Amino acid sequence: MNIETTRTRLAGGELDARAVVERALTAAEELNETLGAFLQIDRAGALARAGELDAGRQHDESQSHALDAVPVAVKDNICVRGLQASCGSRILGGYHPPYSATVIERLRDAGAIIVGKTNCDEFAMGSSNENSAYHPVRNPWDTARVPGGSSGGSAAAVAARIVPVALGSDTGGSVRQPASLCGIVGVKPTYGRVSRYGLVAFGSSLDQIGIFATNTADAALTLSVIAGRDPRDATTADMPVPDYVAELTGDMRGARIGVPRELFGAGLDADVRASVEAAIETYRALGAEVVDVELPHAKYAIAVYYIIATAEASSNLARYDGVRYGLRAEESHTLREMYRRTREEGFGAEVKRRIMLGTYVLSSGYYDAYYLKAQKVRTLLKQDFARAFERCDAIITPTSPTTAFLLGEKTDDPLAMYLNDIYTVTANLAGIPGLSIPCGLSQAKLPIGMQLLGPHWSEPTLFRFAHAYEQAQPFDARPPVSAEGQ
Amino acid sequence: MPITESDIEKIAALAQLELTDDERRALTPQMASIVAYVEQLNELDTSAAEPALGGLTDEGARTDAAREDAPLPSLGQKLALDQAPDPAAGHFRVPKVL
Repeated sequence: MNIETTRTRLAGGELDARAVVERALTAAEELNETLGAFLQIDRAGALARAGELDAGRQHDESQSHALDAVPVAVKDNICVRGLQASCGSRILGGYHPPYSATVIERLRDAGAIIVGKTNCDEFAMGSSNENSAYHPVRNPWDTARVPGGSSGGSAAAVAARIVPVALGSDTGGSVRQPASLCGIVGVKPTYGRVSRYGLVAFGSSLDQIGIFATNTADAALTLSVIAGRDPRDATTADMPVPDYVAELTGDMRGARIGVPRELFGAGLDADVRASVEAAIETYRALGAEVVDVELPHAKYAIAVYYIIATAEASSNLARYDGVRYGLRAEESHTLREMYRRTREEGFGAEVKRRIMLGTYVLSSGYYDAYYLKAQKVRTLLKQDFARAFERCDAIITPTSPTTAFLLGEKTDDPLAMYLNDIYTVTANLAGIPGLSIPCGLSQAKLPIGMQLLGPHWSEPTLFRFAHAYEQAQPFDARPPVSAEGQ
Repeated sequence: MPITESDIEKIAALAQLELTDDERRALTPQMASIVAYVEQLNELDTSAAEPALGGLTDEGARTDAAREDAPLPSLGQKLALDQAPDPAAGHFRVPKVL
């Protein structure tokens, strides 16, 4: 049930909030053994909130009601007071944050109901969800395959129709890539569009909270609710929040779509290439002008990203030391021993690898060669995008070079896993918005996603373009593992 | 520059990590290959580029991020200590420093 259907049935008295939420909770519980999407399901809290809504919905005029009774799943690195926030890590096992993120408050004020916390790669580091300290997540399209990462649990929960909307975080593609691999819509807003207060920090110049939904309209409506300036996050920009849903006109006349041909080369799966090429033709048929653009520095983006993201992570994750909350290693005799043993026991292999890399590139004597150099190339990449957007309104690329891969297929080669992010990291480095939308199935019946990138604050354009495509080429396929019809 | 096991040892100490022998052996070639990969940036001339430090968007940079200088409620001692592994007398107790 998407948001529109939920609202219609609620307004018609066909369902109440309690029934909507009960359905999502039951699906979450029943499918968790198969998918592993949730780390915590809040049956009691969600039903209590639904009861409040049912009791007070008719006469409370102070609230927007935009998301009344809509069940939402939240990645386990976003704080919800009363629920856990493990970030998929042992070091925060059992941690319950004393406050809720701003996005959670905004969702609740609009009537949404949080049903649980979703599994993810530890501290959002990974592209397959296999770095969760708890258990992997399985792709609803093929449970031998990964859902993508790092927000794999949120993606799987939406793809399997457990919830219509979920939140994730996107530092280098962690919303868009799993959306692509699971056949749903994923949005990473402009840097500064959505408050990160209450999002556990990974790479602070890259992190942005993003949205998963089964269609563009639901994603647009949800962004309208959570976007905007927040005094508790100094990086949020003082920019008005448009009515994103009003932008969904289907009109592509006069639109210019840029195609960076150099990104359609080696390493791109043939089925993915064919689907994205077909999508470009769809846009042409809808009246858009298709222009070639160049992003000469995009091929350096992975190198830039893995310097900047690891540097920022090594600093952000220094706070996990066993002193104030979370895990503390037992029987340490000195403070330093306690720090080191806590971190040794609490962090998994990928997190340690990134802390080590980040510490290395920031260490004395290497800062200029790595970190400063990467920040300069980041400027060149930003300039590439600025030039490209003089010629087009949005750029189209694949979201991921391949469809969902098998569990265990890439775990032995960290660099091969990193290269998976080639199409997505550029948006985080440039601070621009990106959106992934399904554009077909491979021969193996796995979803393929295409990505739209636009200038800063161009979410209205990206939603309009995505919605126009969706109208022209509806993606009606459903995964074998799904709560739909239950 | 090649990364050796002794480099890994030094970096681990800076990062406050206590690696096992197995981890150190595994990390050495992994770090070496990732560092070799990122060094492809050296083929670019960046002498004319300013580093992308600070705000990513013009609008973000223009936003006055300072809030009004007024006291707001804080977590409070009870809540702040609520999840501490070893709270004691209103403090976070830790093993001896020296």
